[in-house]
Amino acid sequence: MAETLLEIKDLTHRFGGLTAVSDLNFEIIKDEIVGLIGPNGAGKTTVFNLVSGFYVPSEGDILYKGERINGLKPHEIASRQIGRTFQNIRLWSDMTVLDNIKISQHYRLGYNLMDAFLQTKKYKKHEKMIEDDAHELLEEFQLSDLAHEMPKNLPYGIQRRVEIARALSLKPALLMLDEPAAGLSSSDVSELIQYIQWIKENFKLTIWMIEHQMQVIMSLCSRIKVIDFGKELVTGTAEEVRNSPEVIKAYLGDGEI
Amino acid sequence: MTDIPALAKRNSRLPVSTMAILALFALMVGLTMAGVINKYIQSVLMFIGINIIFSASLNIVNGYMGEFSCGHGGFMAVGAYVSSVLSVVLFTENSFTGQPLLPPGSAIFLFPVVIIIGGLVAAVFGLLVAIPSFKTRDDYLAIITIAANFIIVTLINNIGAVGGSRGFMGMKKSLKAMEAVIDLPYMIIWIFIFVVLSIVMIRRLMNSTYGKGISSIRYDETSAEIMSVNTNHMKLVAFMFSSGLAGIAGGLFAHVMGFVNPASFSIFKSTEGLVMVYLGGMGSLSGSVLSAVIFTLMLEALRPLQILKWVLIPLMLILLMQFRPEGLLGNRELSDVFPKLKRIFIRKDSSNG
Repeated sequence: MAETLLEIKDLTHRFGGLTAVSDLNFEIIKDEIVGLIGPNGAGKTTVFNLVSGFYVPSEGDILYKGERINGLKPHEIASRQIGRTFQNIRLWSDMTVLDNIKISQHYRLGYNLMDAFLQTKKYKKHEKMIEDDAHELLEEFQLSDLAHEMPKNLPYGIQRRVEIARALSLKPALLMLDEPAAGLSSSDVSELIQYIQWIKENFKLTIWMIEHQMQVIMSLCSRIKVIDFGKELVTGTAEEVRNSPEVIKAYLGDGEI
Repeated sequence: MTDIPALAKRNSRLPVSTMAILALFALMVGLTMAGVINKYIQSVLMFIGINIIFSASLNIVNGYMGEFSCGHGGFMAVGAYVSSVLSVVLFTENSFTGQPLLPPGSAIFLFPVVIIIGGLVAAVFGLLVAIPSFKTRDDYLAIITIAANFIIVTLINNIGAVGGSRGFMGMKKSLKAMEAVIDLPYMIIWIFIFVVLSIVMIRRLMNSTYGKGISSIRYDETSAEIMSVNTNHMKLVAFMFSSGLAGIAGGLFAHVMGFVNPASFSIFKSTEGLVMVYLGGMGSLSGSVLSAVIFTLMLEALRPLQILKWVLIPLMLILLMQFRPEGLLGNRELSDVFPKLKRIFIRKDSSNG
């Protein structure tokens, strides 16, 4: 029996009078790569923001590893090992790549303010651990040479990789990627596909992604959920989704002019 | 915010920086006791020290965390009044309790405790700003900091027991009580020690992964939360630590002056802090130190101009913002601007073992 990692039950979210997400149900099974697609404004990023704790859902529940996480603060959800990236890269662009990775280990600092002031044994031990782990992660991502660079000075494609590496410093079981291929050239995109595949194998992750580029979605995702106006249209394999009349209608209209 | 290895790797032998600080300390205390530097120069040195603590502490919020606090003078007032009242009540004959509550001589040990208590109470008042900061940012938070400044100054103005707007005095007597035990230039000594402690504490905090959580808020608060930084907690730490240090600066200021009144801690005081932070460079600790020295000396040098200096100094601020908005050092430290400094530290360090 496959293990459910994330379970979304009857999720509804309203902004004032606008229902951005309505009655959404979704299960993400351990070890799969699933996609969330839909036309612009369909509520995809809102779903991500609900799961990562930026919004508290109006109705419904979000269960992660069986624990209810709606209502928790984003940093509390991050500490439960859910990593995420953003559609527009949100690195701390004026802090070094190394600092970006190190700060993202706040969830397991292991020392407090006093330890930092007095530079106690505990402080040194944990700082060393964080530093070593950060270097190890950068090494795995072949970013070691850039450890002391500021992200703002790096090319866009590299920034994407740094952002994914940063999300992985949370040691997540679930990685949520919000349009990882946005703004990449077509050669970068095929590289990204291999890259995501590699991350999944190497870090034993479950990946949930929003993506517009069908090439990425079709070649990676075992299951795809399509939403429009916050409601579910179809869930199925790439082939099923591609041939679904509802999806074609949502993207292209119903053919009557 | 680079780490100078000499400080990071502590060896059994003292690092150069520590030796330099000890030498400066010995020099200042020695010259004062030998009577080489007169009372005026002593007071300028002390104001430099107080301004270093004041501007460096403001830099935690305005520089590292990227919020705009313009009510820092209020927290200085809290520290000044709390430590003044404590020191007067504990160590001198006073209007509250008559006889001193403790033997006056005990001031030589308890004086720093009194100053620290002033700082702690100021840190609690920091909550006035810290709690709104959970929900509010930028300009709106800046307005809240101004309000906090006004609230504190108005409160003190209306507490008759501490003199209201006429001010509060008697702290000189606590110093006299200390000098009666052993004659030492206590204020110079304690200001020096508190300056060094403040700088070391800020440095260590801001170089730790924990403290860098504060800077991560400045660059992107949303991603800080997503990357497991408890931003509310970090804001609480930043505001309370910052106002606590301002309180310590206030306590020292009150004891140097021997007299405090609420007007000394109005929005003008807060503005002085802002001038120093922006002159030195936001997020630069050595910049804050440098600008506190320059600013204090400049105030003294321009003293003959009297009120005109408040035309000249803001004018300089306008020019600074026009031509070098990042301040003298920008976001860097002295050791980044003069790499030689760093090399000296590193070489000495490796030769130490």
